Amino acid sequence: MPEPAAGTVAAAGGAEPAARGAHRAALSEGRRSERRLGWLLCLPAAVVMVVVTIYPIVYALLLSFQRADLRFPSDNKWIGLTNYVTVLTNSFWWHAFAITMIVTVVSVAVELVLGMALAMIMHRTLLGRGLVRTLALIPYGIVTVVAAYGWRYAWTPGYGYLANVLAHNSAPLTQQAPAVGIIILAEIWKTTPFMALLLMAGLAIVPDDLQRAASMDGATTWQRFTQVTLPLMKPAILVALLFRTLDAVRIYDNIYVLTNGAQGTSSLSILTYHNLIGGLNLGIGSTMSILMFIAVAIIAFIFIKGFGTAAPGSDATGRR
Amino acid sequence: MATTTRQRTGWTIANVVVAIYALIPVLWLLSLSLKDKSTFTDGHFIPRKWTFENYINIFKVGSFGRPLINSIGIAVISTLIAIVFGTFAAYAIARLQFPGKRLMLGASLLIAMFPQVSLVTPMFQIERQIGLFNTWPGLILPYITFALPLTIYTLSAFLREIPWELEKAAKMDGATPFQAFRQVIVPLAMPGVITTAILAFIMCWNDFVFAISLTSSNTARTAPAAISFFTGASQFEDPVGSIMAAAVVITIPIIIFVLIFQRRIVSGLTSGAVKG
Repeated sequence: MPEPAAGTVAAAGGAEPAARGAHRAALSEGRRSERRLGWLLCLPAAVVMVVVTIYPIVYALLLSFQRADLRFPSDNKWIGLTNYVTVLTNSFWWHAFAITMIVTVVSVAVELVLGMALAMIMHRTLLGRGLVRTLALIPYGIVTVVAAYGWRYAWTPGYGYLANVLAHNSAPLTQQAPAVGIIILAEIWKTTPFMALLLMAGLAIVPDDLQRAASMDGATTWQRFTQVTLPLMKPAILVALLFRTLDAVRIYDNIYVLTNGAQGTSSLSILTYHNLIGGLNLGIGSTMSILMFIAVAIIAFIFIKGFGTAAPGSDATGRR
Repeated sequence: MATTTRQRTGWTIANVVVAIYALIPVLWLLSLSLKDKSTFTDGHFIPRKWTFENYINIFKVGSFGRPLINSIGIAVISTLIAIVFGTFAAYAIARLQFPGKRLMLGASLLIAMFPQVSLVTPMFQIERQIGLFNTWPGLILPYITFALPLTIYTLSAFLREIPWELEKAAKMDGATPFQAFRQVIVPLAMPGVITTAILAFIMCWNDFVFAISLTSSNTARTAPAAISFFTGASQFEDPVGSIMAAAVVITIPIIIFVLIFQRRIVSGLTSGAVKG
């Protein structure tokens, strides 16, 4: 709401000193009630988040140090770090780790480029802007599982228009490399609009004047893009990258529908899920959960370091 | 800026590319759902023999009605609760000074990035013990939890942009705090609240991991999970037609949503997302 905001701030500015004076007189009392109100308002959200997540997280942590297999309930006991050793020395784990990283890096990188192009189109297009934006948002709105079924049948020999376009009767989903490719494609199709949306928000804050000035100084379109637009968009790009990366590392739905982890296409989430719900091995499954959480946390930490002042939350306390 | 014919052609081509990109896979879903049983395996993009049988089947034979109602009910309730609690917290974070604010933001970021799969086992265990397994609340609780961080982040960024001096001015003019809040702040905050609600709804509507692990029957199973359990009318029949018809059915509400709120989603995010 930038337009009305600018005008009203100026208009209301006169009331400010008087209000501040009154505020200072009742400082301690006001402070205390403000604190109480703050806590009170945060309470419901905090309670739900703690009740639903903290207990399960602690529970998972405890399980990860135990032998806990629902098939052999009498064998439950504490075994220290044995589960961690088992998982970390297992080639399936590292294979799933590699697949997850490949899917994450490739899809996020392609999405960044495509998303930027899409954001530019949504931002600058002149005719039918609303229509283009609506169309571009459709993949984001579609349920991942649904889209994944569409891709699966499109690549299934006999059913699909894409399988038929390829070599006669090829079945790409039954081979590892093409299957991973299709998983990445499905991921990109679905979430590029999300990336574009966040990037478009960043584009909106690049002032037109700056572009015009650069163009008068003789900058080419490409120079303006790399030297004016991109640096100003850095916070938006980092936010978009962070959210997409964290999401991509947890990839589950697409793989579940497309291959369910067959032909060596398991991601960490798929592997963990198979051990937990399929294998009923809660100890190993929980260990994988904790390791996955650590991996996600490390990635988030690296990003937030890279963010500097643009980190989510870091500016939240800066301004009132 | 003056537009030349060349620029206009360029943008038109770009728009057409976007439309193709977004629509081809969707039209493919639609096409499969309308294909007659005998023509599924012909591989044509456009059906040669049209039928609505798949749609009739999912409701008559596949009892898809119940999962659909579950999905709508669970997503709406989760979204509403998350929005109310999230708005309270976001208001406090954007407007008030109190110790623990950073902790609150940090905790919500932690939850936002926690792998859902990691929560599934403990939740599966706990919900079975306390009788929430395979019930609506059993899904609503995790959905609220994962929608809350999103709600708190988007909304607090949005609320920070609202000029609160207006509220003060209204109070100076003799409005009660409640009047000032209702007549000045609420209308300004509404677009942000609606945007956030839509994002939260899409998130709950889209969930699959919790839906397949915390339910065991149609009592609480949501539509995306139900689709993955479809079987053909007989065991020799591939359920492709049913899957696709159900897919189209659960896509319709979201497309209507996007159509109605497209402008709001974009403007809400524009003012919120960059701030994180």
